[in-house]
Amino acid sequence: MHELTITEQIVEIATRHGEKNEAEKITDLYLVIGELSTVIDDSVQFYWDLIAENTICEGANLHFKRIPAKFLCLECDHEFRLADGELTPCPHCQSNRMKILQGKEFHLDSINIV
Amino acid sequence: MTKIISIIEKVQNANDQLAAEIQEQLQQARLFSLNLMASPGAGKTSVIEKTLAELIPLYNIAAIDGDIATSIDADRAAEAGATAVQINTGGQCHIDANMLKIALGEFELDNFDLLLVENVGNLICPASFKLGTDKNVLIASIPEGDDKPYKYPGMYQDVDALIINKIDLLPYVDFDMDYFKQGVQMLNPDLLTFPISCKTGEGIESWTNWVIGQIKTTKSS
Repeated sequence: MHELTITEQIVEIATRHGEKNEAEKITDLYLVIGELSTVIDDSVQFYWDLIAENTICEGANLHFKRIPAKFLCLECDHEFRLADGELTPCPHCQSNRMKILQGKEFHLDSINIV
Repeated sequence: MTKIISIIEKVQNANDQLAAEIQEQLQQARLFSLNLMASPGAGKTSVIEKTLAELIPLYNIAAIDGDIATSIDADRAAEAGATAVQINTGGQCHIDANMLKIALGEFELDNFDLLLVENVGNLICPASFKLGTDKNVLIASIPEGDDKPYKYPGMYQDVDALIINKIDLLPYVDFDMDYFKQGVQMLNPDLLTFPISCKTGEGIESWTNWVIGQIKTTKSS
């Protein structure tokens, strides 16, 4: 449900950068979302039309780049991904001691303007 | 003509910056602060009441309670001896740094030793909004089930301490502690954990001793 606030932030950031670059309109936004970032792209998309209305973002297309979660096993240094999105011990040595290498990202990467 | 503008800005940047300001403000007041997060019904307010019962004789304590509606939680914290302020988020599923900043304006922070922030009951959204508190604490509870770390990794991966409440119910509920702890360990290795029961008082002392230690460290820093 926090996607409403988050969508407002996205419009704010894009508008600020768009205006700085004298954009008439923003046509595309490229967002990077990690698998562990608890942001649902469908929900952002749902709020988008409403929040972007009457801004230079109105009508812009949202593009989501999903970053899969990646873990490093602290016992055997094996790097692995979530199998079917599910958290499991290291598939190599079964250790529970692991570090998250990627998957927490959530940023606006770039925009296209005209 | 289309022009591509590279941005690379964290979407939560505005909130994170405000959280950094709050952190500085709290540090200047030498006040130790906790952000308590949990699902609805895990026992956040009960943990606060138990904590206050132990610490009110020793310290001046501020409490900020976030809820969608009502002032029930702030009333309970005030009843237990804290100076309490309620934030009604009006439907919002979390406290963000801006709401906390406004609520902090109600306190003379230099007069307090400990700040307890009770977040809105939710295992998803509060994880995305840093507040600038010293420590983020998650309160899990036995009746919620042992699969929560697997279902809510975002919440478990970033907290500094974990309270497992309602351990008095373990004999009555199918809760596999080893499975639960395995999930926690995978997301947050060697997380500081306090198994407690607000009902029987078990484990409360070890939790409050940790808080006291943190208050002392913050004071002398």
